[in-house]
Amino acid sequence: MFAHTLPPSPFDHREKASAIPPAAERPEAPVILVRDLSFSYGDALVLEQVNLSIAPGEFVGLVGPNAGGKSTLLKLILGLLAPQTGQIRVLGQPPRQAARRIGYVPQFPSFPRDFPISVEQAVAMGRLGIGPMLGWHRAADRDAARRALEEVEALDLARRRIGTLSGGQLQRVLLARALAGEAEILILDEPTANIDQRVESDIFDLLAVLNRRLTILLVSHDIAFISDYVSRVACLNRTLLYHGTDAVNAETIQQLYGGHVRLVAHRH
Amino acid sequence: MSQFLSALSEHAFLQTALLAGLLASIGCGVIGTFVVVKRIAFMAGGIAHSVLGGMGAALYYGFDPLLGALFAAILSALLIGTVRLFWKMQEDTLIGALWAIGMAIGILFIAKTPGYAADLMSFLFGNILLVPTRELWFMAGLDLVLMLTVALFYRQFLAVIFDEEFARLRGVPVAFFYLLLLCLVAVTVVLLIQVVGLILVIALLTLPAAIAGHYVHSLGGMMVIATLLGGLFTSLGLGLSYGPDLPAGPTMILLAGGVYVLSALLSRFLTWRGALRQATQT
Ligand SMILES: Nc1ncnc2c1ncn2[C@@H]1O[C@H](COP(=O)(O)OP(=O)(O)O)[C@@H](O)[C@H]1O
Ligand SMILES: [Mg+2]
Repeated sequence: MFAHTLPPSPFDHREKASAIPPAAERPEAPVILVRDLSFSYGDALVLEQVNLSIAPGEFVGLVGPNAGGKSTLLKLILGLLAPQTGQIRVLGQPPRQAARRIGYVPQFPSFPRDFPISVEQAVAMGRLGIGPMLGWHRAADRDAARRALEEVEALDLARRRIGTLSGGQLQRVLLARALAGEAEILILDEPTANIDQRVESDIFDLLAVLNRRLTILLVSHDIAFISDYVSRVACLNRTLLYHGTDAVNAETIQQLYGGHVRLVAHRH
Repeated sequence: MSQFLSALSEHAFLQTALLAGLLASIGCGVIGTFVVVKRIAFMAGGIAHSVLGGMGAALYYGFDPLLGALFAAILSALLIGTVRLFWKMQEDTLIGALWAIGMAIGILFIAKTPGYAADLMSFLFGNILLVPTRELWFMAGLDLVLMLTVALFYRQFLAVIFDEEFARLRGVPVAFFYLLLLCLVAVTVVLLIQVVGLILVIALLTLPAAIAGHYVHSLGGMMVIATLLGGLFTSLGLGLSYGPDLPAGPTMILLAGGVYVLSALLSRFLTWRGALRQATQT
């Protein structure tokens, strides 16, 4: 119902991304390139000799045990942390310069839930860094926020206070905030960890649609569930143990988790 | 109260006092909202108390104590902000230390300045009746700086207060705006010291915004309501204290504190009743 009242989508220029051929025939430069990366917070090495290359249009699932360094790797790619050794390039740039071209959905909301802000305003925050720096929120930002909300099917929440949302609604809103900034890459850290499975499939269906124009890197603890959706799975436990293009098999999981975890199949 | 109203038309110092209260409430509404929402009341307390160092030094060397206060407030805001951003370890202990060191320096200077006792009391507890008219211009100037800065960088402040990590990803210079925010807190503290003194500043900075937060759920709305409440508390406190010759600052604070407690209970009750109603409906 808002479609004809709004100006043309800012996403239109990216429509051509869907014309990208399948991964095998693509010669382009990788969207994310991680080379010989090692990182530690203090003494203990969290990441060791990690190499990863993600091509345009891919949907990469990053799995691994708790404390395996998944969130840390994402923060390095986002430029929130600096690597001790190794190199990262995002869209050919150092991470900090490319950060504005990435839409990020964090593992834990990094704001207090009782913050006095509406969903629309929170999503409009994703527009920072676009357009002039001074002044109040502009109509263009509000329209972009509403379009992003519409895209994640959450436009009806626009006027709600952020603290009144359910877990699934909040994830959609965080996704909209990530999209509002004209992202070329989506990075999501366990976006469905705290929501029930029906909503989880809805969100993954949404990501599958978004993947037509965006490259996606997603962290999950649920290897079986995401293998239905992603084009490739990478497994991280301090080092990147496995990042082939084959389907995930029991042997990989055994190698990764040390045989303590059973592979639970989800069939929907 | 009626005594105050009739005196108000006769005495210029009462009119000045009333205006000073209203000017201060702009700072307390706009910046107080940031302080409450960002939960930096402890930092604001540290800034407010260390200001005594600057006031004492200014008095000793013969400058305007308000200039000394402004200088000390900004310095201590930058120190506290730097500790919070880059040191991160034992932030609360360090703020507490700065708090005490500032006060100790101030008290030493004041003790060595002749005629200190009266000054000390009015620094600590404020004396709105003694605000000189020219200081109104100073206060109005500070208000203008506050409002202009917040209006120009509203989105950046909102982003830094809401979600520092996300703001950093969007290219907002988070450290700069965080320090700028604390400097605005420092300016507000100096505004409010005129009215209620540095010990009670923290109450006037946080209570009106906290009361507003019970009822409105937008930052802008909180700012407007908190400014109105601040004006109400300072004016009413001034009026109530005039007749029985009570100190104005503590009267204002008691008023604000009393309303806050009642409002907290009321909003608690409303939430409880809302939840109950929802539970019986389903
Ligand atoms: N800010 C931090 N400071 C110190 N250690 C950290 C920090 N964040 C994470 N770690 C540690 O780094 C390791 C990897 O954490 P993380 O990247 O969050 O793993 P995952 O997301 O795979 O669960 C864990 O051992 C964790 O305790
Ligand atoms: Mg994690």
